[in-house]
Amino acid sequence: MKTYTNPVYPYERPAEFGATGWRRPVVVVGAGPVGLATAIDLAQRDIPVVVLDDDHTVSVGSRAICYAKRALEILDRLGCGQPVVDKGIGWNVGKVFFRDELVYRFDLLPEPGHRRPAFVNLQQYWLEEYLVGRAREFDHVELRWKNEVIGVSPHADGVDVTVATPEGEYAIACDWLVVADGSRSPVRRMLGLEWQGQMFRDRFLIADIHMKTDFPTERWFWFDPPFHPNQSALLHRQADDVWRVDFQLGWDADPDAEKTPERIVPRLRAMLGEAAEFDIEWASVYTFACRRMQRFRHGRAIFAGDAAHVVSPFGARGANSGIQDVDNLAWKLALVMKGLAPDRLIDSYDAERTFAADENLLNSTRSTDFITPKSRMSRIFRDAVLSLAKEHPFARRLVNSGRLSVPAVLAASTLNTEDQDADFACGPGAMIPGAPAADAPVQGPAGKWLLGYLGGGFTLLAFDAAIDAANVASLARHRIPCSVVGIGGIAGEGAIALDEAAGLARRRYDALPGTVYLLRPDQHVCARWRAFDPVRVRTAIARATCNA
Amino acid sequence: MTALCIESNLAAPDEFYERLIATHRGLSDDESAIVNAKLVLLLANHIGDPAVLAEAMAAARDGVASAPAPEGESQ
Repeated sequence: MKTYTNPVYPYERPAEFGATGWRRPVVVVGAGPVGLATAIDLAQRDIPVVVLDDDHTVSVGSRAICYAKRALEILDRLGCGQPVVDKGIGWNVGKVFFRDELVYRFDLLPEPGHRRPAFVNLQQYWLEEYLVGRAREFDHVELRWKNEVIGVSPHADGVDVTVATPEGEYAIACDWLVVADGSRSPVRRMLGLEWQGQMFRDRFLIADIHMKTDFPTERWFWFDPPFHPNQSALLHRQADDVWRVDFQLGWDADPDAEKTPERIVPRLRAMLGEAAEFDIEWASVYTFACRRMQRFRHGRAIFAGDAAHVVSPFGARGANSGIQDVDNLAWKLALVMKGLAPDRLIDSYDAERTFAADENLLNSTRSTDFITPKSRMSRIFRDAVLSLAKEHPFARRLVNSGRLSVPAVLAASTLNTEDQDADFACGPGAMIPGAPAADAPVQGPAGKWLLGYLGGGFTLLAFDAAIDAANVASLARHRIPCSVVGIGGIAGEGAIALDEAAGLARRRYDALPGTVYLLRPDQHVCARWRAFDPVRVRTAIARATCNA
Repeated sequence: MTALCIESNLAAPDEFYERLIATHRGLSDDESAIVNAKLVLLLANHIGDPAVLAEAMAAARDGVASAPAPEGESQ
């Protein structure tokens, strides 16, 4: 590749070779975005982590390139959101073409007053490099390259893992195994676990090309374009003047032949024009499936990311949902490991993230049915929608070139405390129990964005409320501590006092004077009240940690 | 199953039918299929009510398919 050279991380002799008796609190299998994020999140909670990876570099090829707002906010909490946003390409506009006409244009630009944009495009290898760099800041994270898991033996209070290295095999014992070894998950296969869903009979070519051009930074999607009849195509910008091109090929395409420059270059010339100058950085032919494991937790082995669920790429719901898996799991695992919550808190990871996976699978399957019609009539309806879309606004809402990743609202979670005050807003986007916290600009001692003050541990967000120093101290001293962040009002000593000029936080949280929100360590709302009551807060924390 | 009106609701049934057939005059089967699909989409949007649409789809499929009709989405 012209724009990127994969780093080579050194193999180092694991301690297990020198001495027996090691027992690791957590072993993570896979140093992709999900495995690395898991290691960082746990390390931030003072849990030592060993990460095993069969390779010794980051992603080869760009792979996941669209990172959604929620994933960026989680990366902020993990200390690596900024390099991703700095290096990545922000975008908001998508255009859909049918044959040679623009039929639909969408703008994901959210209302102003959020730290992070709707989407940033960045090659997966850059993200992984930043995550490796962040993980290396912790003495208690050990990244073991060229360590391939070849055996797993689960038992009641841990998992024994056999690892192959360049200098032979060794055994590693751990209390918890987080499996993030990708969609083909060798560990999932070793354990013989179910993996059900639907495979789609279609093939797609993705090519990354390096090209200096004045094309706009937009997502362009074509149905049946003149340069690639009867199939779809996608053009999307990444960092370093690299562009992602995606061609639907059909099921009968020869995957090996289609990967060759002899086949790719004419397709690109047809799309970009004879005069376009480009170099092919990387190409791959893929098929896809929508599948998930029935359960993400199997005793002391917990599956996350593509190892647990896969979707089609249209909608950017792969890596983004994997990062949300981590966000959901790490705080729960840390509390259970520290003896502060019962084991069944981990079951709530399974319940909440299988729910989220189903939402992603449903959206992804619907997009795929639109992009890859499975019957003549399905194709006729698809083309009918597209031909109506230009003149008839209603049809634009039916055009589905991928419903882009939005975080799951965990409204049905048993960790939530139901609203007792009837007047709270409950419509779309409302901060109901289960919703991820909305951002807003604030003035305060540690940055200009509200989300920077929430999460990590439990947080009580109070609006124009009076919470005295004794209550603040009592919440902080609790077995599961809760910090207090106040917007306006009188916050006692020990609380963080914020202010806001535009009133956006108050509006987004439907706040009246005295309103308080309880946020989980992953920034999801778990309870809210119109007035502060320390007993209710403690009860809600107990409920959110399965301690009730 | 009460949302869909199945009693006559057309002021001039013969005129409607004539116009429907005329809409397809001179078209190939493939072109007619597209016209029908667009018509279904336009009318579905005009009706809007998901209960009416679900009933109409079930009624249209009734007696046609060899396979049983798909389950409604219950999630």
